[in-house]
Amino acid sequence: MVLFIDNKPHEVPAGKNLLEACLTLGKDIPYFCWHPAMGSVGACRQCAVKVYKDENDQKGRLVMSCMEPVVNNQRISIEDHDAKEFREHVIEWLMTNHPHDCAVCDEGGSCHLQDMTVMSGHNYRNYNYKKRTYTNQYLGPFLNHEMNRCIQCYRCVRFYKDYAGGKDLDVFASKNNVYFGRAEDGILENEFSGNLAEVCPTGVFTDKTLKQHYTRKWDLTMAPSICQHCSVGCNTIAGERYGSLRMIANRYNGDVNGYFLCDRGRYGYEFVNAADRIRKPRIQQRETDREALLSNLSGLLNKPGVIGIGSPRASLQSNFVLKTLVGEHNFYHGVSDSEHDLAELAVKILREGTVRTPSTKEVEEADAVFILGEDITNTAPILALAVRQSVRQQPAALAEKANIPLWNDAAVKGVVQDKKGPLFIATLTTTKLDELATATYRATPECIARLGFAVAHALDNAAPAVADLSENLLVLAEQIAQALRTAKKPVIISGAGCESDAVMKAAANVAHALQKENKNTGLVYTMLECNSIGLAMMGGHRLHAAFNAVVNGHADTVIVLENDLYRHGRKSDVDAFLKACRNIIVLDHSMHATTQQAHVVIPAGTFAESDGILVNNEGRAQRFFQVYESKDMVRESWRWLLDIGTEAGNTRLSTWKNFEDITHAIATSEPLLQGIDQVTPPSQFRVAGQRIPRAPHRYSGRTSMQANINVSEPKPPEDPDSPLSYTMEGYRGMPPSSMIPFFWSPGWNSVQSVNKYQQEIGGALKGGDPGIRLLEPATTGTIKYFEGIPEAFKALEDHLLIMPMHHIFGSEELSARSPSVAQRIPKPYILLSMDDAVSMSLLENYILRFYIGRYEYSLPVKVSNAIPNGVAAVPYGLPEIPYTELPEWATTRAPKYLHTLTPTYTPKHQNT
Amino acid sequence: MERPLTEHIRKDLRPLTLKEYEQAGGYQSVRKALKGMTPKDIQSVVKDSNLRGRGGAGFLTGLKWSFVPMDSTIETKYLIVNADEMEPGTFKDRLLLESAPHQLIEGMIVSAFAIQATISFVFLRWAYKEAANHIRFAIQEAYDAGYLGNDILGSGFNLEMHLHTGVGRYICGEETALLSSLEGKRATPRAKPPFPQVSGLFGKPTIVNNVETLCCIPHIVNKGADWFQKLSLTNDAGTKLFGVSGKVKTPGLWELPMGITMRELLEEYAGGMQDGLKFRGALPGGASTDFLVEEHLDVKMDYVSIAAAGSRLGTGTMIVLDDKTSVVGFVRNLMHFFAQESCGFCTPCREGIPWIEKILTSLEAGKGEGHDLHLLDFHTKYLGPGNTFCALAPGAMEPLQSALKYFRKDFEHYIAEEIQNTTHPLPATRKRLITDISKF
Amino acid sequence: MLSLEETHEIDEAVKIVPYRKAACIEALKIVQEHRRWISDESLREIADYLQMSAEELDSVATFYNMIHRRPVGRHVILLCDSISCWVMGYENIRTEIMQRLGIKYGQTTADNRFTLLPNPCLGTCDHAPALMIDNDLYRDVTKDLLEDILGKYP
Ligand SMILES: Cc1cc2nc3c(=O)[nH]c(=O)nc-3n(C[C@H](O)[C@H](O)[C@H](O)COP(=O)(O)O)c2cc1C
Ligand code: SF4
Ligand code: FES
Repeated sequence: MVLFIDNKPHEVPAGKNLLEACLTLGKDIPYFCWHPAMGSVGACRQCAVKVYKDENDQKGRLVMSCMEPVVNNQRISIEDHDAKEFREHVIEWLMTNHPHDCAVCDEGGSCHLQDMTVMSGHNYRNYNYKKRTYTNQYLGPFLNHEMNRCIQCYRCVRFYKDYAGGKDLDVFASKNNVYFGRAEDGILENEFSGNLAEVCPTGVFTDKTLKQHYTRKWDLTMAPSICQHCSVGCNTIAGERYGSLRMIANRYNGDVNGYFLCDRGRYGYEFVNAADRIRKPRIQQRETDREALLSNLSGLLNKPGVIGIGSPRASLQSNFVLKTLVGEHNFYHGVSDSEHDLAELAVKILREGTVRTPSTKEVEEADAVFILGEDITNTAPILALAVRQSVRQQPAALAEKANIPLWNDAAVKGVVQDKKGPLFIATLTTTKLDELATATYRATPECIARLGFAVAHALDNAAPAVADLSENLLVLAEQIAQALRTAKKPVIISGAGCESDAVMKAAANVAHALQKENKNTGLVYTMLECNSIGLAMMGGHRLHAAFNAVVNGHADTVIVLENDLYRHGRKSDVDAFLKACRNIIVLDHSMHATTQQAHVVIPAGTFAESDGILVNNEGRAQRFFQVYESKDMVRESWRWLLDIGTEAGNTRLSTWKNFEDITHAIATSEPLLQGIDQVTPPSQFRVAGQRIPRAPHRYSGRTSMQANINVSEPKPPEDPDSPLSYTMEGYRGMPPSSMIPFFWSPGWNSVQSVNKYQQEIGGALKGGDPGIRLLEPATTGTIKYFEGIPEAFKALEDHLLIMPMHHIFGSEELSARSPSVAQRIPKPYILLSMDDAVSMSLLENYILRFYIGRYEYSLPVKVSNAIPNGVAAVPYGLPEIPYTELPEWATTRAPKYLHTLTPTYTPKHQNT
Repeated sequence: MERPLTEHIRKDLRPLTLKEYEQAGGYQSVRKALKGMTPKDIQSVVKDSNLRGRGGAGFLTGLKWSFVPMDSTIETKYLIVNADEMEPGTFKDRLLLESAPHQLIEGMIVSAFAIQATISFVFLRWAYKEAANHIRFAIQEAYDAGYLGNDILGSGFNLEMHLHTGVGRYICGEETALLSSLEGKRATPRAKPPFPQVSGLFGKPTIVNNVETLCCIPHIVNKGADWFQKLSLTNDAGTKLFGVSGKVKTPGLWELPMGITMRELLEEYAGGMQDGLKFRGALPGGASTDFLVEEHLDVKMDYVSIAAAGSRLGTGTMIVLDDKTSVVGFVRNLMHFFAQESCGFCTPCREGIPWIEKILTSLEAGKGEGHDLHLLDFHTKYLGPGNTFCALAPGAMEPLQSALKYFRKDFEHYIAEEIQNTTHPLPATRKRLITDISKF
Repeated sequence: MLSLEETHEIDEAVKIVPYRKAACIEALKIVQEHRRWISDESLREIADYLQMSAEELDSVATFYNMIHRRPVGRHVILLCDSISCWVMGYENIRTEIMQRLGIKYGQTTADNRFTLLPNPCLGTCDHAPALMIDNDLYRDVTKDLLEDILGKYP
């Protein structure tokens, strides 16, 4: 289509509104209420332009560009006097009540309102009267609230309520007195609340953790990073000043996380700044220096019997160097056997099967979703946000029928009303997505798997049938099959969360059965950690084999890489293993039960102090960059391991000098990881001969920030591993998409400058969204349907099958160390069905004592209407909880050998 | 002179019972329509009658109805009567609601049939307590008599009717905000397109009409389009309820032919100005219409003529401004109303009107500033139609802009002369501090 | 707890609309009819009953001015302050009421008898000034009539 803007013709795609079209062309039109992910509502009236009937029309009429569809050969003007004056007045109106407190506002310098004010030209105040004022609310550990700054764009409620499904934020009152907040002070509950800090165009909602070590955004040193807190691998911007990590912000990636992050990802970073970080190497609890460490280690490593245990939360580089150091046969995946098997199963299904695993963006576009076993709101939150959008796909047809463009948000909601597309959820108990579900099924993994197998059979007779299926389940399976069959882009989601290969196989069968008829079928597996898939794609043995190797005397020295073994092995096994090891060498950044027993502790860098590549659950290899040079003796694990190996005379390791050498070696020697050296440009990459600066050009204080130590400004560190520089010096233009340290464009200081980095608004970044997909399906299907349908679950008298339950806050190791996140971690509990509670005469908060093997546990009871009888759930990842033993049967009657029991967690209050 | 809308209203204003109403010829149009006419027939007679909506905007009713999709696959459509009357100075629907509820119900049944709506609502303003009682009673009577419910008069046509009383706020009268309110939401207007005729209440095709509009329908169906057209003295068809309030001798409400002059209305019906007062101007059709002044007194009261004179017929209820009443106070009172009643959704209205109110208040208090009139002017320029989300703010600007035009001296009066000359006008003295954002 | 009567009336309102939430304004009116105003507690009860969050319901409740989110006296005086009443001198009535009762807009008399609220046009402009007390409309009000009018409300 052709659009004449101020008399110049431009080619624009159809179906957009004028604002999107103009922004895509690189034009500047100010706006507030419009948001690329949420569409237009026309509230702020900031985006006015003139539209002319034809070339003879001199007068034209003002329209809101966000509410006006592009029409072929349309003539508009952005520069028109009236349009400009109106836009200026809109700012002037907004400013009548805005406090002009930029100097003390956290948003200052990265504020969309500031940018739009400058853009519109409003600079002189004519309003001479009192401003209205509001009181603010306490909103929990993540966000500050400063309502006086509000410009009533309604974005916060539109994001929080409409987009993210939050219930506890809304708009109150009316006229020029509208208030955005909670009904009363209290923690904002939605998992995506932190996005308000970015969605709000000014400083009403700001990052509370940033405030505690506040830094203007222009004073941050920033690097492109990858969230470390779940397997989705959202792209983030991590910012540092004075050697501490200050902030995590969204880094747009059209395929992965779009404009948003979850609160675990945004606020989990503070573990990096923990006071008890490991900063110096220690041998036998005593601090030591580099030389002593290396010589000590080379002594140990030159003997036989050295094994290495990798980590699903360490980069490919670190895992690979460890593997190279100890040798392929002595390298073990540091995950539980179930995690190991499930990750390998996922990789196998996605590589050898015929179904493609979709990106998060594609999940958003799915028009029918079936979730098996996984509570994705808690294990892969951004995926849950995508599923929330997916249920809008089918009803959107109603809007299209009524000729309403999909960006016309309120109008679409008007026709759609409460209609939702198909979403089926089979999980152990209620999940937050249930409110959107067409139907839910509450069952144990066995039964969920049976439902999945039955759906697959209903879709394709060739898939194995399930024997003795109840009438109800047959009907449900038929209903699900029908909905999936009629969908254009069905997606099946499952994962490692319920620790059942049967469930994952059932999901694969459903996807394969669908794929026979519909090539657009997608299959998603979520994993427990940020690099679970990457680790699985690199060869390595099970953890139990490592334990056996030592306990059976084949090895006596272990190098543990960024791993608390107590999170992956049974406590008794890990105890026995560590006890049997003669030398325990641990590389990690934080203290935990394993480091405490180590003979040698080596200070590893966190993601912020490291370069690395992770592979997310989509099989997308993504790189995170060092944000700042580590202080003290903290180094990337792979760098330590290189040094250790070189010192010990490992010839292969001594030829690798930097990140790139390692990455190249991985790409050539790991068959499943070919191509990962293409994830980002090489370290020698320069634009116009320059590096890409990590700091904005307004970065201040560089010459003086260390003056209390030395008045001469130190030479800035040089980055041997990437094309990024550590200062503001370097290329000012747009970097390649995989290396964007921050978004900025002239006149656009807020995050909304991301518009300028996109090929088209809301689309891929220029140069393509970052990351390389490593898992593509086989073109000719080899996978046959999985057999081995489990028996239906049967409850046992005096027993409970204990299942792990994942929580966005608390279940993941590193984020749980962040003080803000820690405030949101649930108290230990055991979730029981109403019937089971009644039969044991238990009420909510009563203590249930139960026994797994030799261990006794007592936990406060939570009663659920949804969990099946005979099953109980406990929160995964909490230190008091035996989650590594799970799933496992527990008895509720004290066993005879009571005197040998080891009581563990005992809560303070007891039953009355 | 024929007065179809009010002829059967008793002197004591007690509404007729259904029996009495039938005896007076009521519900004829329902029989005629449901038994002998197709929806299309009714739509065309209404179209031919040239009936314009009496809610304020004067949109052609037949045309509005013609946008309703008529294919039989749509299972639910709604007809809503807008009885939210809250425009200051407007008190016309009250009479029809309190004293002739069956006429409205009759009009609703025929109109619902015409668009094949099966559910209808009376959206009634909370303050009309008596009307609520009468309508509730009349709806029950109509159900009992078989005019509502299933298979009305054996025609196979079904219609539910419900009374919804509002909980305040002028914006609920704006038809899309009304829909939001009926859906149990904040009464914020909706953008058009899509129009309610296509996607209205609960996303279904919906017609919203004013009380007086729907009360005309039975008569048009009974007596024909020509008859209706001829009721008027001009081209805008029908009779109209005209009202006058303010300091006239006999304020009141009358059903009169469309096209009588302002002078007739003011002098013959309202008895002229109170003794000792002179006419300065009037808002011809409620608070959101432009002032007309002495020179317009012979303008005919119909949509076209009043528009030609620079105002709007609006609701046809005139508010008179006399020479002893402060113009600035008058406008300030109106702006207070509009500022209070803004829904708070769009910027110019939410922030602009309170600002205007503050300026006018400070003028009245003798604290006027040089640029005040300029500020008022820019508001009237930029709170116009299309610039704000709905018609509330543009409506609010009509009395202000016309007052500034006809009574500018009254405003200037409040600004000390020295200031007037020194800091006026503003834009010329205003410098752009920042011109090129790309440097930033 | 919502009373049986209240839930019964709300159930009736729910029947008319396609989904529960859509009856929330009706529900607020019903409960206000019974309790005179909507306390935070009432709000939560209604919200729970309609499967809404307190925020969602309060967002609606605070939009409308005839939903009282603060306690009101036994009788609510609504004084029209719009244009025709202004022209006809309602301000004198206002002053008189405020003096007699010793309250300002938004306040309730100490004996909890009256709450005074300003109100936009009551739609009876040919009989301005006008006011409403509870469900009763008073027109052509003069200062002298106030004594009698107020006297009717114990
Ligand atoms: C702010 C605002 C308030 C309105 N209030 C009313 C009202 O109280 N009654 C009414 O009939 N129309 C009112 N309208 C007009 C309606 O939006 C709509 O045009 C009318 O109900 C259509 O009916 P008609 O076509 O029969 O005139 C109002 C419009 C606006 C912008
Ligand atoms: S003009 Fe805007 S703020 Fe005013 S009532 Fe209409 S939508 Fe609401
Ligand atoms: S961005 Fe267009 S009206 Fe707000």
